Amino acid sequence: MTLEQLPTGQRALIAEVQGEDGLRARMLALGLRAGREVAVIRRANLGGPIQVRVGSTDLMMRRKEASLIQLTVIETLR
Amino acid sequence: MKRIALLGMPNTGKSTFFNRLTGASARVGNWPGLTVDLLSARILLAAEMVELVDLPGIYNLHGYSEDEQVVRHFLEHNPIDLLVVIANATQLDRQLSLVLQLKELGLPIVLLLNMADEARRQGIRVEHEKLGQTLGLPVVMMSAKYGQGFPQAKQTIEHLQKDAVARTADPAAFARDDELEARLERLVSNTVHVPVSASQGLTNRLDRVLLHPLFGLPLFLLAMYIVFEAVYTAGTPLQDGVAWLLDAFKEGYVAPLLGGANLELQSFLLEGVYNGVGTVLSFLPIIVLFFLFMGVIEDSGYLSRSAFLMDAFMARLGLDGRSFVMQLMGFGCNVPALMGTRVMRSRGLRLLTMLIIPFSLCSARLQVFVFVTTAVFSPAAAPLVLFSLYVMSFFAAFLTAALYRRRLPNDEPLLLELPPYRFPTARQMLLRGWQESRQFLKEASGFILLGVVLVWFLTHYPFEVQPASSATLAGQLAEWMAPLFAPIGIDNLMSIALLFGFVAKEVVIGALAVIYGASESALPGIIAAQLGWIEAYSFMLFVLIYTPCLSTIAVLKKESKSGWFTVVAVIWPLTLAWLVSFVFYQTAQALTAA
Ligand SMILES: Nc1nc2c(ncn2[C@@H]2O[C@H](COP(=O)(O)OP(=O)(O)O)[C@@H](O)[C@H]2O)c(=O)[nH]1
Repeated sequence: MTLEQLPTGQRALIAEVQGEDGLRARMLALGLRAGREVAVIRRANLGGPIQVRVGSTDLMMRRKEASLIQLTVIETLR
Repeated sequence: MKRIALLGMPNTGKSTFFNRLTGASARVGNWPGLTVDLLSARILLAAEMVELVDLPGIYNLHGYSEDEQVVRHFLEHNPIDLLVVIANATQLDRQLSLVLQLKELGLPIVLLLNMADEARRQGIRVEHEKLGQTLGLPVVMMSAKYGQGFPQAKQTIEHLQKDAVARTADPAAFARDDELEARLERLVSNTVHVPVSASQGLTNRLDRVLLHPLFGLPLFLLAMYIVFEAVYTAGTPLQDGVAWLLDAFKEGYVAPLLGGANLELQSFLLEGVYNGVGTVLSFLPIIVLFFLFMGVIEDSGYLSRSAFLMDAFMARLGLDGRSFVMQLMGFGCNVPALMGTRVMRSRGLRLLTMLIIPFSLCSARLQVFVFVTTAVFSPAAAPLVLFSLYVMSFFAAFLTAALYRRRLPNDEPLLLELPPYRFPTARQMLLRGWQESRQFLKEASGFILLGVVLVWFLTHYPFEVQPASSATLAGQLAEWMAPLFAPIGIDNLMSIALLFGFVAKEVVIGALAVIYGASESALPGIIAAQLGWIEAYSFMLFVLIYTPCLSTIAVLKKESKSGWFTVVAVIWPLTLAWLVSFVFYQTAQALTAA
């Protein structure tokens, strides 16, 4: 499963971050690293960006980039 | 002189700290080999003059964005005594990676963990001494915004700077890539303690409303409308007050003082310089208010939310959410907004954004509109007229993007932090209002003075004839341009004002004052008598869309590094301005005649 497919309100662990080097470096710097926990907070209308929470940082990213992030373990948020 | 550089990720509070440390006495400096200007200030630290340089915020050292290259170039070529690194204490899980990278450079470093207040509120505990020991550098907790911990931070910097030796960064370190990740993980888990549910309750609750799928966007537009309404409602009485004071001063002191001088000199000083400059000055309250409100919105974190709300729409125009934010910044002044596009890596995206920013109704144009609207329209209609101009401003920008998107393609990813909502302190707001107004006066005053003097000359020479009549230089020039302006309902005298508006919009009202030989308080009456509402609106449409000012053109050229692009960015808005005014004027004429 990728971050793009993760249902809103659920958490998962990042397994791998794909994409070209520059983009990966930026994602890393924003906290999107293998092993970190992520959650999708909300999705904008009309195929717009998604709001993602990693640690104490909230990010917005487009669905295309979110599909580069592979996830593993999934559990339901309380 | 010793040199201290300030560095950190974007939005960590670097500017806030810089302002606190320097008392906001920064100047913009040019650095050899850099295309961008850096903010720097000289301050007294431990009885020694030190130069403090504010470097752009960056996410890492290996990045390819322009800002990252600027920082790299600066550190490689300028010897530094001390590197002050600022990190957001609530986000150390990711921000420490930059610190680890910076440590490799072999420069002396102080680490300031900012936003200690937010960390405390969220229950985040940082063992900063242990962190310092592990990293091998001094670490201080502080809040740049509220001042806690600031004295310790300053002391630490003074202490380290005393026996520092300037060094440049070890260039090899920039390439060295990292097994830093594993170290980072260990470091964070040993020293930073985040409660299981870090509470950002207020931000979450606000987001639920402000980012609502249906109401988010209408709420945003409403918020913007309220800001403009507030600026207008609070600003116009203040403006009238200033105009009245200037008038009284002129009649009471300046005019009698000049009583003995010859007539030309009197006319030059009173109708040229005093009226022209005075009219512009009377707008200062509106400018200050505008920047105060914009500052609050910018600081609050709402702007990055607007990027979230607008991205789907902007993407269809070949832009992204950040372009929208820059467009909004442009409502203050186009120049910094244009410079803000540096964060974009794709050239297509950057140029397309730079092409639409000049349509943003900046505060200089706002002056013209407030003035003309107040003079010609009823108090009830005025706010609506102003709002319609803001709508037009977006329309012109979006139309332009739609037309040019194919020529300036982009596939840049969008990744943006959504910071928690913050409200600026009174101190921050006042400081900002003051800085912006000072900037406005400094940049505009030369242009304005030169502009009004030139207008006075054109409208009064030759001196024998009736001022501003068709026999003057201005009259002849206007007649020559008449075939172009008559079809859009702009008469000869107004077209002269437009000509000067090309230099800077701040000049337009001053120019009108000089052209009509009227003082600030008499001018609205004259304008109302001269212009019907159709002509007035057509005039404003033209002012809105055509080239904002010379400074904007200069920045467009400098930032795009392309003569071709600059020419398009000037010619296209002129064409569009004429077309829009033409369509409006002719349609309105036809409709009212029928
Ligand atoms: N709560 C809190 N907010 C801060 C602090 N320092 C800065 N800020 C806010 O953080 C935001 C970013 O600050 P700024 O100085 O512009 O960051 P820069 O981008 O690093 O220059 C602004 O809204 C500041 O008001 C702090 O110590 N505590």
